[in-house]
Amino acid sequence: MTDVTKSTTSFYEEDTGKTGTFLDANELILNMGPQHPSTHGVLRVILKLDGEKVLGTECIIGYLHRGVEKIAENRTYTMFNPYVDRMDYVAAVSNGLGYCEAVEKLLNIEAPPRANYIRVILTELNRIASHQLWLGTHALDIGAITPLFYTFRDREEILKIYEKFCGARLTTHAFRIGGCSYETYDGFEDNVKKFVKFVTPKIDEYEELLTTNRIWVERTKGVGILSGPDAIALGVTGPVLRAAGVKWDLRKAQPYACYKEFDFEIPIGENGDTYDRYLVRIAEMRQSLRIISQAVEKIPDGPIMAKVPKVIKPPVGEIYHSIEAPKGELGYFIVSDGSTQPYRVRVRPPSFVNLQALDKMVRGMLVADVVAVIGTLDIVLGEVDR
Amino acid sequence: MPDDAKGNDQPVSPAPSAKPAAEKPAAPSAPGAPAAAKPPMPAKPAGPVPEPWDAEMVRALKQRYGSGIKEASVYLGQKYVVVDSSIVLDILRGMRDDHQFDYCVDVTAVHYPKREQPFDLIWILYSFHKNERIRVKTLLADGQPAPSVFELWPTTDWLERECFDMFGIKFEGHPDLKRILLPDEWKGHPLRKEYGIIQQDNEWVNINLGIESGQ
Repeated sequence: MTDVTKSTTSFYEEDTGKTGTFLDANELILNMGPQHPSTHGVLRVILKLDGEKVLGTECIIGYLHRGVEKIAENRTYTMFNPYVDRMDYVAAVSNGLGYCEAVEKLLNIEAPPRANYIRVILTELNRIASHQLWLGTHALDIGAITPLFYTFRDREEILKIYEKFCGARLTTHAFRIGGCSYETYDGFEDNVKKFVKFVTPKIDEYEELLTTNRIWVERTKGVGILSGPDAIALGVTGPVLRAAGVKWDLRKAQPYACYKEFDFEIPIGENGDTYDRYLVRIAEMRQSLRIISQAVEKIPDGPIMAKVPKVIKPPVGEIYHSIEAPKGELGYFIVSDGSTQPYRVRVRPPSFVNLQALDKMVRGMLVADVVAVIGTLDIVLGEVDR
Repeated sequence: MPDDAKGNDQPVSPAPSAKPAAEKPAAPSAPGAPAAAKPPMPAKPAGPVPEPWDAEMVRALKQRYGSGIKEASVYLGQKYVVVDSSIVLDILRGMRDDHQFDYCVDVTAVHYPKREQPFDLIWILYSFHKNERIRVKTLLADGQPAPSVFELWPTTDWLERECFDMFGIKFEGHPDLKRILLPDEWKGHPLRKEYGIIQQDNEWVNINLGIESGQ
């Protein structure tokens, strides 16, 4: 525990006189980003180096800060709904699900079963899309170019389903408070089934490219190790936590939507290194496919919207609701003062909290490993900065 | 909302089986709304209200801290305690050490400018062992520092910095309390209620971006 505390203090203050330098080499402060391709957006990392070795890091964030939480206070509940898609823009559907469910809880209503099934299918598709994008870019950072083409090719099929469902591909705004605003299109179930059949062998294909690839293994095994206790202390969630061996997934721990009805497993890792996180995410894609194929088989008939008043005016109160987004625990803390606009919306972003672990993970590693670790954390700067 | 759904049905090819299903709830809800306006009126005050939260932990806390525990309630199934700011660090430490709340989910604040103590400071805690989530809340006066729980949960490093950035709440004991999302020299704390939605630090914008205004 003390170790973690130490690692998150500002490195400027740390005594580094005894690191043992070769040929009297001085420490070097190096700026990485904000315009660096491997930072996945506008993240600036200040590295303190001793040769190739990282002595400490400091993240400078906020380049993409749009004041989402402030905007929320000046919009009605319905108007704010599309904004949440712009936070984690590669998993927009998950953001929407979390927000809609939080407001529904505040209103004390429940989405009808059919809407919940549609939500689960779309959210799990989104998890696959998010992991595919992560895999492609992460592998690209490390030097494997082919997976990017594979994953983007397959992700396209998911985006096509979204496009047919709601007209948008990325920032979908697929859900409304109380359910879904759109009935599924003709042949939705067939498309989803076809997709499951299509992508199952493709995931094996990604594995074929990477899992036993010697370069990949050398670059990821033992890199950026984060132990279970450290991960918990640092508040890390999602695949990063599970790769550290902590079997915790909000879909199981505190089921929302209709996740209770599906049979799936929580993949975990052993060593908490970059390689394990890769394996966990690959396994998660397969579990998502399992959920999707179960959901699409028994999707019930019925309404897609609960009875929601035209003007949403939740009673005075506060609520915290969180879901298992592809990156980790995505929480919404909403305070209502009984008016049509939320008094306060706090978003608990998984990327923001997970990024904090970067310093702990890269200390003592090489510069090239920083690139690998930023990739493996799977951050989206839109969500970090909000 | 029902109108919305109908309007969107036109461009999308309407699913023959789905359309009546979508319209059915829409039709009764529209005329039903004025008729149903009466029941919600008395139902509103009878709606969800915070219920007292009675658990062993709460009893132990009350016994130990007495009037320091101002409220312990359950609202919509979510538990929270409101405690005095002087004992909040003690309580949070107890939560972690004695009650196994090993994961600090979030630290955040809410600003109520008209109140005597305008800030609600909220810690959301989770226990992996009990699969339980609680909120610890305390009230702060403007300018009154809050205790930092960085020593207890290192995850609160950035969360407290964000709270400071957005509300100007100072955390005593934080190793490096500075702004996180806004530039260091920025003036003002945007999530305070008196800060306007289009307000900004014009001076900073002038100097650093070389433009009159960012609007």
